[in-house]
Amino acid sequence: MTDQAHLYSEKVMEHFRNPRNVGEIKDPDGIGHVGNPVCGDIMELYIKVKDGVIVDAKFKTFGCGAAIATSSMVTELVKGKTIDEALKISNRAVAEALGGLPPVKMHCSVLAEEALKSAIEDYVKRKK
Amino acid sequence: MRKVYLDHNATTPVSPIVLEAMLPYLKDIYGNPSSIHEFGRIARKAVEEARAEVASLINAKDAQEIVFTGSGTEADNFAIKGIAHALKNKGNHIITSCIEHHAVLNVCKFLEKEGTRVTYLPVDNNGIVDINELKKSITDKTILISIMLANNEVGTIEPIEEIASIAKEKGIILHTDAVQAAGKLPIDVQKIGVDLLSMSAHKIYGPKGIGALYIKKGIKITPLISGGHHERNRRAGTENVAGIAGFGKAAYLAEKELSRESPYLVGLRDYLHEGIKKKIQEIRLNGDPKKRLPNTLNISFKYLEGESIILNLDLEGVAVSTGSACTSGSLEPSHVLVAMGLDAVDAQGSVRFSLGHDNKKEDIDYVLEVLPPIIDRLRKMSPLYKEKK
Repeated sequence: MTDQAHLYSEKVMEHFRNPRNVGEIKDPDGIGHVGNPVCGDIMELYIKVKDGVIVDAKFKTFGCGAAIATSSMVTELVKGKTIDEALKISNRAVAEALGGLPPVKMHCSVLAEEALKSAIEDYVKRKK
Repeated sequence: MRKVYLDHNATTPVSPIVLEAMLPYLKDIYGNPSSIHEFGRIARKAVEEARAEVASLINAKDAQEIVFTGSGTEADNFAIKGIAHALKNKGNHIITSCIEHHAVLNVCKFLEKEGTRVTYLPVDNNGIVDINELKKSITDKTILISIMLANNEVGTIEPIEEIASIAKEKGIILHTDAVQAAGKLPIDVQKIGVDLLSMSAHKIYGPKGIGALYIKKGIKITPLISGGHHERNRRAGTENVAGIAGFGKAAYLAEKELSRESPYLVGLRDYLHEGIKKKIQEIRLNGDPKKRLPNTLNISFKYLEGESIILNLDLEGVAVSTGSACTSGSLEPSHVLVAMGLDAVDAQGSVRFSLGHDNKKEDIDYVLEVLPPIIDRLRKMSPLYKEKK
């Protein structure tokens, strides 16, 4: 159960130590809110969109090391992407960009993907 | 960088004196204690001397009431499965608590699959077992009560003497998991009136891979491990002589140092608690404020998840843990904290500081220096903190 659970890659630890894009965006174009405290992770993802391109992304996360690292990575990956491109970012891509995650922490990358999708959904809804 | 180890409930460093006591049995004295020749006899002497020291730590009447096992977990397995099996014609009901170590809980779950009925007693907000529920749960099929002496995560000490008198009155066997309590609290099995008690060497500056079960004279129990005639037919397998010698020395030292060490640890632990209270807002002490192991401080830092705190402290050279080392890979909050009524956020945000005699005031000062900025930084990152601000 514990064996490899807390062996994080260097890249994960690097993002955990120095998370990118922490905080909130004032007047965001979309907010994603996923997770719950029972499973130990809550992510909030803010995006700013200009001409169909995500120009800024920020996050706030309650969670373990992997949750913070995946939040940080997904905000990095999404910046500069069009909405269509951003929708193609999978949890696997987030995990791979971090040099992999321990199996027990893969759900954190799923949560990061869901947070992004939820933010984009919110953006689409607001636009209508 | 300074290294501060505050995870003594997970394991302790082997004392140099203990190591010295073990070395001969890893080198020159290699005899099998069951052999009748001199090589064997010397090893046997070491095993029996150690048995007497371990017996003395808990004031067992007779050293033969101590059976060495491969771990505290094995001692728990032996006690519970051994009684369930030996008394299967008498009854099939076991009473335990919601906050036991997994070495007890998962044994009970295993037995449930085989048809044993198990009652898991609730605890109050401080982690103390509900005695009224215990009384109500007893039936004429109850064969065993297993309640830990002190909890590994929060340190709460259970009213084991009161439980023992109830068990005695009803003629039910009482087992207590004393893996965290032995060597940290004075224990007198005769005074308590407990029938079975589990211990482990590596929690008291002894080696890993050696534990013991106290089995009161006259208690019928089925062995867990079958084989040769070792340990008076109660635990087969050639004795781990070096481990046993180490356990014996660790037990001797623990007993000798207990009255001096206990107030020292309480002082240091409370100094840490006061410091945290002074420097960090919105924390919660988990566990009984008074009836608690001298070395254990479990704190919930609101709006945060424990692992992120632990990893950050680790980067500063400070070793602590969440609930328990055995559950750090699971996603659910600690079963102990949930049973104590903490909500999910508070339960996720708990950190256990467990001190040892090698810790100094300077170590605590260092923790008090590096911890507040970590909490501050993580809270700024937490979406929950914003909501409550």
